Amino acid sequence: MLPAFSVIFLTTLIGVGQGLFLALFTAQSYALFDLLPKQDGPSFYAYGSAVALLFLLGGLVASFFHLGRPERAWRSATQWRTSWLSREVIVLPAFIGTVFLYGVAHLLEWKPVLATLPGGAAIDATVVLGAIGTLLAFALYLCTGMIYACLRFLREWHTPLTVINYVLLGGASGFTLAAAFAALAAPDLERFFAGWALIILLLGFVGRVAALIRNRRLKPKSTPQSAIGIKHPRIVQATQGFMGGSFNTREFFHDRSRGLLRSIKWLFLAGAFAVPALLLAAGLSGAAEFLAAAFVVQYLGLIAERWFFFAEANHPQNLYYQSVA
Amino acid sequence: MTQLALVIDLNVCVGCQACVTNCKEWNTSGEAGPMVDQNPYGKDPTGTFFNRVQTFEVGEFPNTETVHFPKSCLHCEDPPCVPVCPTGASYKRQEDGIVLVDYDKCIGCKYCSWACPYGVREFDEAQKIMKKCTLCVDRIYDAKMTAEERRPACVRACPTSARLFGDIHDPESEVSHAIREAGGYQLMPEWGTSPANHYLPRRKTRLRIREDELERADNPLKIDGQLPKPGKAEPSLDDVTSW
Ligand code: SF4
Ligand code: SF4
Repeated sequence: MLPAFSVIFLTTLIGVGQGLFLALFTAQSYALFDLLPKQDGPSFYAYGSAVALLFLLGGLVASFFHLGRPERAWRSATQWRTSWLSREVIVLPAFIGTVFLYGVAHLLEWKPVLATLPGGAAIDATVVLGAIGTLLAFALYLCTGMIYACLRFLREWHTPLTVINYVLLGGASGFTLAAAFAALAAPDLERFFAGWALIILLLGFVGRVAALIRNRRLKPKSTPQSAIGIKHPRIVQATQGFMGGSFNTREFFHDRSRGLLRSIKWLFLAGAFAVPALLLAAGLSGAAEFLAAAFVVQYLGLIAERWFFFAEANHPQNLYYQSVA
Repeated sequence: MTQLALVIDLNVCVGCQACVTNCKEWNTSGEAGPMVDQNPYGKDPTGTFFNRVQTFEVGEFPNTETVHFPKSCLHCEDPPCVPVCPTGASYKRQEDGIVLVDYDKCIGCKYCSWACPYGVREFDEAQKIMKKCTLCVDRIYDAKMTAEERRPACVRACPTSARLFGDIHDPESEVSHAIREAGGYQLMPEWGTSPANHYLPRRKTRLRIREDELERADNPLKIDGQLPKPGKAEPSLDDVTSW
């Protein structure tokens, strides 16, 4: 497939936004049970939500560049019964709205206590909003992953690993950003976020490498024989029927060499996993200035990762477009 | 239920591209708007087509065979392109099984083209919407046309009658007969899409002659010569047959 930068930015940016929100609410939940110091004043959660919103809105804007007719985008919320894309279109704004309310509730310190847990922890409005947001964040990861994982012809994507990796990679980048943000806004949370970021990053590494290994072993289900229904071991396309290219030759081929693909793979393994892991470890051992660098490197690495994710997928329609003549 | 479809006879198609041309002509002049080309007279002409005729070479020289292979939307009975569409622009008609794109609803997200294994959906770069074969839905029900004309443009254009059109759910239709009797098959059956369009395979007519059929069994000594003339009194052929 041809990697489209609109989709690369959409998936990576909202992944960070979701992860950052999950990180904020994880910290708040820990603090609720006195496992972490409570944050005085509204700034940490409110500004954290604002940063998450920036990423989410950035992703939303990027997604419009993917559409031929963005002015009709509202229509894409109608087919949620069958289409994961439609479900994403519904969940994304719902999540953005929830993050916004969560941030505003913290900013205005609007915290009416709705219930009290047996242990004495007060469930206020921000906790409820946070819990809803957490559900929506995971629902959004599921939708985004399933958009790709549900296409059974694209066998590189048609695996639960696709969804798992969207969760883990988005989560890792969000927690890394949370660590970098905490270094500025709430130094006592910095190690907490950096530690979790490292753990999720390592899990993500396992998941992504598992996907790479799986995809290496895939044998194509469709062949030139099944494509035209003729049984002969040697079938070569003489002409695809036109010379100047078509949508089918542009959208589904990346036209890059295998060598470049391999370099990008190593680049993202280093950029999205190895280097940020080292920087996070350095951050954990007290050098907070590395945390911001960890996020930047990781985000760039994730762009490479997503590019590779698209380029790696081999569409069966390509069997019909082998020879320009 | 009705399922309209094309049946394409690969044994007959000569790859003349007449169906491609007539398809483009009919569908670019229709009320759904033009199928826009880019650089039509330039170096890399490109544009939207519903139908393409490709050519494959089967076998190794000198035992090669050229197969011309027309390809358009197969109007799958279980179309994977339809459920993924977020807007409902892509749909399959209940009444005749044609898979269509509602150009007024399509947002041009291209997701359906990813979900079609056959590579038959083409994005119109000028109108920014997805397009594909409509089985000439604007022809085949046009009451102002004669019955002969109420067939898809490609079928009408084909000089060798390699393209048949009809209802594959009606066991007595021309297309059902062709599929049944000439071994019609579907493309990429491994995906379970159940394409409505079928292809008829290449067929070779061979005379099967055994060695002993080349030799006269009633002349084991291979003695050539005229058979002895039967006598006048002996029964002639006229006595034993009716002609
Ligand atoms: S051939 Fe492709 S576009 Fe046509 S109905 Fe089947 S899946 Fe959809
Ligand atoms: S490109 Fe149009 S028809 Fe295809 S999935 Fe998107 S909205 Fe539906």
